[in-house]
Amino acid sequence: MTNPVEAVHLEAVSVRYRVPSERVRTFKEYFIRRLKGEVQMRTFWALHDVALNVYPGEVFGLVGVNGAGKSTLLKVVARVLRPTKGRVIVRGRVAPLLELGAGFHPELTGKENIFLNGALLGFGNHEMREKYDQIVEFAELGEFINAPIRTYSSGMYARLGFSVATASEPDVLIVDEVLSVGDEAFQQKCAARIEAFRLHGAAILLVSHSMDSIQAMCQRAAWLDHGALKAIGEPAQVIRAYRERGS
Amino acid sequence: MQPTPIYDSAQLIPHALQELKEAVNYRHLLFQLVRRDILTRYRRSFLGVAWTMLSPLGIMLVLSFVFSQLFGQIRAYPAYILCGLMAWNFFSQSTMSAMNSLVWGGGLLQRIYIPRASFGISAIGSGVVNLVLSIIPLAIVMSITGIPIRITAAFLPISLLLLACFTLGLGLMISTLAVYFPDVVEMYQIILTAWMYLTPIIYPESVFPAKYQWILHLNPLYYLVKLWRLPLYDGHWPTWGEVWPAALIAFGMLLVGWLFFTSKSDEFAYRV
Repeated sequence: MTNPVEAVHLEAVSVRYRVPSERVRTFKEYFIRRLKGEVQMRTFWALHDVALNVYPGEVFGLVGVNGAGKSTLLKVVARVLRPTKGRVIVRGRVAPLLELGAGFHPELTGKENIFLNGALLGFGNHEMREKYDQIVEFAELGEFINAPIRTYSSGMYARLGFSVATASEPDVLIVDEVLSVGDEAFQQKCAARIEAFRLHGAAILLVSHSMDSIQAMCQRAAWLDHGALKAIGEPAQVIRAYRERGS
Repeated sequence: MQPTPIYDSAQLIPHALQELKEAVNYRHLLFQLVRRDILTRYRRSFLGVAWTMLSPLGIMLVLSFVFSQLFGQIRAYPAYILCGLMAWNFFSQSTMSAMNSLVWGGGLLQRIYIPRASFGISAIGSGVVNLVLSIIPLAIVMSITGIPIRITAAFLPISLLLLACFTLGLGLMISTLAVYFPDVVEMYQIILTAWMYLTPIIYPESVFPAKYQWILHLNPLYYLVKLWRLPLYDGHWPTWGEVWPAALIAFGMLLVGWLFFTSKSDEFAYRV
C-alpha cells in the first residue's frame, strides 16, 4: 500500500520568539542601551520540535490549554510565521478560518469587501468574479450586499467572512474554535460545506476546547502542551491524556 | 488545471527575493488595497477626492501670499511652489501612510499570510493616484500664471518613477523601525518638517550662496524634486548630469529599504 501524500507535514518544527526582556519603548532608549551593551533579548520557544502529518480527507484535532502553542502551530501552517527550526511542507491552498472577515473595511460595501477579502486570501480578480454570485447566495445577505458593512450585524459579518473564505475549495482548511456563525440552519450549512470539502480530499485542522467536537469530528488528534507534542493518535486516547494531565 | 501550490519552508530563496516574488503574485491585492484607500477617502468626507486637489492649492496660496515679498521675483511663483509641493506631498504622505498602515493594520499580518510589503507598496500606489489627480489643479494654476505645459512634461513619468522608488525604499525602512519603536512616528514628523525647509520648494536654489550650495546637494530629495520641476516648470529636458544622481539615489534607497525591511519582516507577525 502506498503512503498517501501528506497535505501538511511538520518536521522537528520549533518556533522561537525573541523579545527584549525589558520594554524598550523608544528609539532613543534602544540606541543608548545598545551603546551600553545592555539590550537583553528574551527567547521564548512557542513550539518545540513538533512533528506531525495531516492527510487529505481527514479531520485532525488539536487540543491544549491556552498558551500551549496551538495558534502558533496553525500560523506556521498558514505561513503567517516561519519556523525557526525544522521544516513545514503544505501541499495545496490553505483557507484559514481563523478570523472571519479579516481585512474587512467598515466603509466598503459587502460587494467591495468580497473582492478585497478574496484578494487577501490570494484569489485573482477573474476567480472572484466567477465565484461572486455563489458567495452572496451562500451568505444569505440579499440586498445588503450593496450596503457598507458597518451596517451589518455581527452574524451577517461572520457569514460573509465564512462564505468568502470557503468560496474556492481549499486543500487545507484551518478551523479555530467554535464556528458559531449565524443561526442553527446556517451552522448546519457550514458544517455541511466543511464535510463536503473533506470528502473531496481536503485536510482539516481543527482547534477546539470542546472535547465533544473533537471526539465527534476528528479521525486523529494531538495534545500540545507548552509548545511540545504530548500525545498524538486516536481522539479518545488524546482526550484522556489531556484530561489527566493534572494528576 | 492549475498545479498544486506547494509551500516548503526549507526552500532556499533569500527573503528579499521571496518577498519580491510574492508581491508580484499578490499584485491583485495591491490593486485592491489602493482601491480601498481611495474609496474610503472619497466616502468619508463630503469633499473627499476634491480635498486631495484643494489641499495643496490652499497651502500654495498661503505660501505665495506670505513669501511673495521675499521670492516674488521668481517667474510665476505660485506655479513654482505648486510643482515642488506636489512632489513633496507625494513623498511625505506616502511615507507616513506606509508607516502608519503597517503599525495600525499590522494585525492583519498576524492572521493571514500576505506579503509584508503590501502595506508599503499600496501606500505608495495610493500616493501615485493622488498625485496624478492633483495634476488637474496644477494645470489650472499654470495656465492662470502663464506657464505653458510643454512637451517636456512627457519626462514626468520617469521623474515619478524615480521619486516613487525612493519613497518606497524610505517608507519600508521607517515602517520597519516604527514596528519596533513607536516614537519613530513622531520623530519622523519632525524630521519631515525640517526636511521640507531644506529642500528648495518654497525658495529657489539661488537663495543659498554658492559657498553653501553643498548643503542642498546633500539632500537626496533635492535631486528628485528638481527632476520633477525641470520638465514641468522650467520646460527643459533634464540633462544626464541631472538624471543620474537622482536615479542612483532612488534605486539605492529602494534596494537598502527593501533589504532592511525583508530582513526583519518575519518578526512582524509577532511584534506588531
